[in-house]
Amino acid sequence: MTVAIIDYGSGNLHSAAKAFERAARSMEDPQAIKVTRDPDAVYRADRIVLPGVGAFADCRRGVDAVDGMLEALTEAVRVKARPFFGICVGMQLMATRGKEHVITEGFNWIGGDVVKIEPRDENLKVPHMGWNTLDMVREHPVLERLPLGPKGRHAYFVHSYHLNAANEADVLARADYGGPVTAIVAKDTAIGTQFHPEKSQRFGLALISNFLKWKP
Amino acid sequence: MFKVRVIPCLDVKDGRVVKGVNFVDLRDAGDPVEAAIAYDAAGADELTFLDITATHENRGIMLDVVRRTAEACFMPLTVGGGVRTVDDIKTLLRSGADKVSINSAAVSRREFVKEAAEKYGEQCIVVAIDAKRVKRAGGSDRWEIFTHGGRNATGIDAIEYAQEVVALGAGEILLTSMDRDGTRQGFDLPLTRAIADSVPVPVVASGGVGNLDHLVDGVREGHATGVLAASIFHFGEFTIRQAKDHMVRAGLPMRLDP
Repeated sequence: MTVAIIDYGSGNLHSAAKAFERAARSMEDPQAIKVTRDPDAVYRADRIVLPGVGAFADCRRGVDAVDGMLEALTEAVRVKARPFFGICVGMQLMATRGKEHVITEGFNWIGGDVVKIEPRDENLKVPHMGWNTLDMVREHPVLERLPLGPKGRHAYFVHSYHLNAANEADVLARADYGGPVTAIVAKDTAIGTQFHPEKSQRFGLALISNFLKWKP
Repeated sequence: MFKVRVIPCLDVKDGRVVKGVNFVDLRDAGDPVEAAIAYDAAGADELTFLDITATHENRGIMLDVVRRTAEACFMPLTVGGGVRTVDDIKTLLRSGADKVSINSAAVSRREFVKEAAEKYGEQCIVVAIDAKRVKRAGGSDRWEIFTHGGRNATGIDAIEYAQEVVALGAGEILLTSMDRDGTRQGFDLPLTRAIADSVPVPVVASGGVGNLDHLVDGVREGHATGVLAASIFHFGEFTIRQAKDHMVRAGLPMRLDP
């Protein structure tokens, strides 16, 4: 089993790779974590992870700049139904469009736009930077045995934009930051988190383990 | 619910923690990676490394420290000290830093903040501001930016500077009062509040923490969304958990995950 973490020049791949390696080590069937910019390796992988930090348009350009990557990714996830995990901007790219500074096309796997968060409480700062609890919208295998809700575990967020999903069924969890912030989305074999599981200590590693075990 | 952040800061020189860390049984009190692992286990919300390595040749050692920390700790890591070019930022982020803090390079050339934010996103660009109260004859006091550990005055107004770097793309301000740093008298609360209330991004208060009430004050009176401290944690005076429990008792929202 191989897990491909897509390297398209976006920020902090090291942490994501190490977190997936750590989570994979504690599992029964070993999965090899491979950081790659080879579309063929992505196409052949059993699971795919798309990290991303920075601006939506930049990340989109980064994916497009790797010849054949978008095609391989789309084919693997949408046709071969490989489990996919988008992190932060990697999650936002699943949307129809990004509206950060300019309008940019997303992959359109999840209907909706990526828009600026606008907390109603003016004391709340943007970026939404720090730890927040999650409220479950619907159950999903990747959330198994993870205590959510006001007294549940925390996830680490760093972002100013979020995916405003058109379809409520695509949302797994939200955070409250002066209004609802989309925290986890899921559709078919793809999931995405606005927060950083690789930076969310034990909770993050548990979520990654669930993803690695998930057989959709 | 969104929580207040408690952030221990480690000064690192040539790959070693300055003055060491003695709050748990570490095999090597001077190893920043061991200290980071201990803070991760203790429930710190973020970790900051400040590289005060003097020579250029030894800078690579810091990258190795960052890399080894990111392999062992799955928590947010900010690294600052001597960050002068977009390439410095790139290598730190690639090594495993989540945020990079820029100090004097932004004072001497503001556009650097913009270049950094455009390239890597505002969320990972922290501007560190070292400010000091300056008496003005016939006028009200104000805070000015100082560089080189508080030795060099710049004459730049701290509030205006904070607004300027945020407009250029700083996603967070790490604010240190040079008057309070090392005094254990608490944060400079009027300064912290003045900056926090004048920018839309998060402000982390630093400099002067001597007891746990100071942490509460930084948030409640200073309007900081994160509080940074070094010595009260490093030498075992208080644990991260004690700090957080104290802040909870004061009514602040804190993360107490196991």
